[in-house]
This record gives sequence, structure tokens and C-alpha cells, in this order.
Amino acid sequence: MKKIEAFIRHEAFEPIRAELLDRGFPSLSIIEAKGSGRQKGIVERYRGSTLTVNVRPKIKLEVVVEDKDKAVVVETILKHARTGEVGDGKIFVLPVEEAIRIRTGEGGEPVLQLHEESELPT
Amino acid sequence: MKKRLLIAGPVAAVASLVLPGIAFGAEATPILETPEASINAMWVIVAGVLVMFMQAGFLLLEVGFSRAKNAGAGVAKVLVNFSIASLCYWAVGFALAFGGLGEIAGTHGFFLNVGSSIEEAGKSIPFVETYSISPAAFMFFQFVFCAVSLAIVWGATLERIKFSAYIIYAVIFSAVLYPVMSHWIFGGGWLQANIGMQDFAGSTVVHLIGATGAFAALLLLGPRIGKYTKDGKPRAIPGHSMPLVGLGVLILWLGWFGFNPGSTLGAIGGRFAEVVVVTNLAAAAGVVAAVAVMYMLSKTIDIGMAGNGAIAGLVAITAPSGYVEYWAAPIIGAVAGVIVVFGVIAIEKIIDDPVGATSAHGLAGIWGTLSCGIFTSPRLASFNEVGEPGLWYSGSLHQLGAQALGVGVAFGCVFVVSYGIFWLIKKTIGLRVTAEEEDAGLDISEHGMYGYPEQFIPQPEYSTGLPFGAAPPPVGAPAAAAVSQMTTTTES
Repeated sequence: MKKIEAFIRHEAFEPIRAELLDRGFPSLSIIEAKGSGRQKGIVERYRGSTLTVNVRPKIKLEVVVEDKDKAVVVETILKHARTGEVGDGKIFVLPVEEAIRIRTGEGGEPVLQLHEESELPT
Repeated sequence: MKKRLLIAGPVAAVASLVLPGIAFGAEATPILETPEASINAMWVIVAGVLVMFMQAGFLLLEVGFSRAKNAGAGVAKVLVNFSIASLCYWAVGFALAFGGLGEIAGTHGFFLNVGSSIEEAGKSIPFVETYSISPAAFMFFQFVFCAVSLAIVWGATLERIKFSAYIIYAVIFSAVLYPVMSHWIFGGGWLQANIGMQDFAGSTVVHLIGATGAFAALLLLGPRIGKYTKDGKPRAIPGHSMPLVGLGVLILWLGWFGFNPGSTLGAIGGRFAEVVVVTNLAAAAGVVAAVAVMYMLSKTIDIGMAGNGAIAGLVAITAPSGYVEYWAAPIIGAVAGVIVVFGVIAIEKIIDDPVGATSAHGLAGIWGTLSCGIFTSPRLASFNEVGEPGLWYSGSLHQLGAQALGVGVAFGCVFVVSYGIFWLIKKTIGLRVTAEEEDAGLDISEHGMYGYPEQFIPQPEYSTGLPFGAAPPPVGAPAAAAVSQMTTTTES
């Protein structure tokens, strides 16, 4: 099992989510993140004074999939998150030891992305 | 025993002053007998209600300019201060301000105990006869001015002052300090009667005095944590809601249509309608000038500064609103808009004033008062029977000198008294919350709750309705059973 963590622009999320669902990966999480990288911070002007915000808002997307599905997810993220400008973000792939569904207590790869047709969001 | 006496004393005093008044009032001729008196009272009450609504403007402006962790504190502050001022001004303040034409202070009409016929009340409150107005309407109108002045003091002290400091200063300010100053300039005292100082609705009386109190507090209070970098440069601490600031500014702007036009103290003759137009022109010019100057300085349309420009224009036109013709109003407002931008930037270098009150109410108040000495028209100087025409018409610096003297006296007196009060507060109970409390925010440290609880306390999406602590389903139980037994998702 692999966990794919991607730091992406806000506007990239919706196309990525839609395509991952199409390809059979409905389960994911996002976290509103703030971070710094090559992209510079924002200078806010407020009543004559300035304030430099050194971290920019990004979305952190987290998807856990079976090893064989990693490439599909990474490819989908690259396809929609890349604008070619500084600040597109990064993808990290991490190994995952265990996965347990809290509702039932069952574990293993079947809990990751496999859903019955009726459970899928439309 | 001693404590009981302390309470019994004031209660007896209040009773002895109020009760005869009520008994007497039942027999006297009604004060609103003539149509003129009724119309005047109607307009002054409407105007007073508009000015009262300015409390909401100050509340939203200050809450918007605060960070979210201090959003609730402003609500408690405005409500408590307004209420303290209501009681103190009725009991003591109004009598000192308008209870006679003495040079220093009035002496009649404590607890508004003035009888209820024009002749009777006029003996205590001369203005009642001069303007043919109900003493109750007059007192309410003058009180809401006092409350505005008090509200101005506190905007500058946001996010770090102790609540107890508000209470002590509010009592002294609304019972003595503001009434005496307003007597000198509004109530027939020495600045108005002997010097001929013109201040139609209170650029000095209300705004400069409030800002001076703020200035004294700021000197003793110090900046918010993190306002200045190690090398002493000011850092922006953006307020959490510009929409609230905008709403606050517009409510204040609306309230000003009671503030200035209501100061005609009557609706007969139509002067109040002209004052409405003059007031609006100056506010508009203030916004345009402040936004333009700020754009030249920073290449941005600064939201907060647009608001400060509106307030500065309104503050500046407050004194001349009854003395100048239409054409002068945009000039006075525009100059105020320029002054407030440079004032905020300059003052910010040394003093942390989160709302810009010292500039928008202080500097613009000084400018507005002085502008009478330049733009007062001969027609209106004689109409109001105070002072002389300004420099533009008369070529004489005389009226400008009178205005400058008034500004100097008001600033000096209020600063000395306020600095003394705040100094005493600082030495005894303390003026400022601890650094930990300031970090946590005044909402939770002084008021015990957050202004926006959901931002600080995570909540479940919805409650199951089951009692807290019901047993969770066994691990590994079949899904259906687990759902039917699903229990606690409530707070844990």
C-alpha cells in the first residue's frame, strides 16, 4: 500500500477529484495547508503598513492506494496540477503498513478504494 | 454595616432628587404644548436615535479592526460603556454641561430634575427656552454625544486594555470630564461666550476630546505584542473582517446625519436639511482624497484607509457644518482625507493605534475646528450668534485665533486629566492585561468565551442525540449492527 501526498494549488483539486472518481478512486482527503518553497510570500498592505506573509495557502491531498494503482493517481495529479509556473507543488509517495476501516474493524487492501457500486458518490 | 451605608447613601440621594421631580411633573403644563416645540422635539429625538446607532458603527468598526480572538470583547465594551454613560450623564453630567450659563460649569438639573414646563425647565436649563425644546429630548441628544466621545477613546486601545480600566474612566469621563468641556464650548461656558469659539456639533467637543483621551491612554498602555519589529518598524496587524469595518463606517456615516443636522436643535427654518448636504459632501471628499493619496503612496486601494477617510471627512465637517456654505464642505473633507492618511502613517511609527482614532478623530477634529476660522460665512456666523466670519470672508485671523485657542485648551485640559486618571489606574489595578492573556485574546481571558467559538473549539458535524458516554460498538462487529448501535460522536 502507498500513501500519495500532494501539495497542490486550490484550483487543481476539483479536476483531480473528478478524474480520480472516474478512474475508481473515490476515497481521498484534503487538508488546507500553508507552506513555503520557491514561490515567494505575499506582501499585504494594510492602512499604510505592510505585512509579509511568508507562507502561501495550498491544498494537501492524501490518497492511499494499492501499490499497483500508485502510477495512475500520480499521473492524474500531474495532469491537472501542472501549470508550469513556480508554485505548482510537490508529490510525495510513502509506504503504508496497515489500513483499517473503523466502521467494521476489517483491514487490508480491500478497505482502500474498493466500493460497491451503490456506495459510490454520483 | 459599613458596606450597607455605602449603598444606602447614594440610593437615598437619588430618591430625594428624583421623587419630587416626578410628583411636581404631574401638575405642570405639558412642555410640548406648541407645535413648534413638538416638531423640534421630534427632530431632535430622531437625530438622537441616529447618533445612538453610531454605537453600532463603532462596535462593528472596532470588531472588524480586531483579530478574531478579540472580536467578542468589543461587544461587551460598547454595551457596558454606553450604559455607564447613560446613568452618569443623566445623574450628573447633563447638569454640569447645560445647567446654567456659568463660565466653568452648570449647576442645575441633576437627575434631569427640572420640572416639565418650558418656563420652569428654562430656569435650570437656559437652552430649553432659547430653542423651545423639551428638556428630555435635549438631554438625550446631548447624552448620545457624550457616549460617542467615550466610544472614540476606546477604539485605539483595542486588544490589550483591561476591562476594569474602561469602567473607571467611563464614570469620570461621562459624569465630569466631557460635561465640563462641552459646557465650555456648547453650553454657554467661557470658550463659547467669551472667546467666540465656533464648534457646531463637536469636532473639538466630541471628537478631539475622545481622541485626546485615547492618546493619553495609548502613551501609558504601549503597543500590542508584535506591533513593532526589533528595529522599531511598525508591522501591520490586519483586523479580521473588512466587511464589518465597512458596515461600521457606513453606520457611522448614517449616524452623522443625526449628529450634525440634529445640532440645529430644531427643525423650523430648514437649516438642518442644509447641514445634511454639507455633511455628506465632506464625507465623500474625505473618502476620495484618502483613497487617492493612499494610492499614490502604495499603489493599492486601501480598504481601511477608505474608511478612515470617510470618518476624517465627517469629523472635520462636524464643527463647521453649521457655519459654512456648500462649496467649502468638499474642501474641508478632502483636506481631512489627506491629513488622516499621513497622520495614520506618521503616528503608527511611534504609537499603536489599531483603528486610527488619534488621526481620524484627533487630527481631523483639530483641522475641522480650525477650518471654521477660515470658511465660516458671515450669514451663518450671525445666524448662530457665535463668533465672526472666517479668514476667507473677513481677511482677519481673529476667528482662526479663537478656534486655535479652543483646540489648545480642550486638548491640554483633557490630556492632563486623562493622563492622570490612566496613570492612577496603571499604578493601582493595572491598565493592561498580562502578556499571556493578550496572546490568548481578550475574548477568552477577560470574557470567558470566544467571539467565534467554532473557530477555536472543534465540534462534531451533528449530534446523535444519544447520551454522552454510551458504550461504543464492539470492535469487529458486523457493519449493520454497528450502525444501529452507533453511539457517541458527541463531545468527548
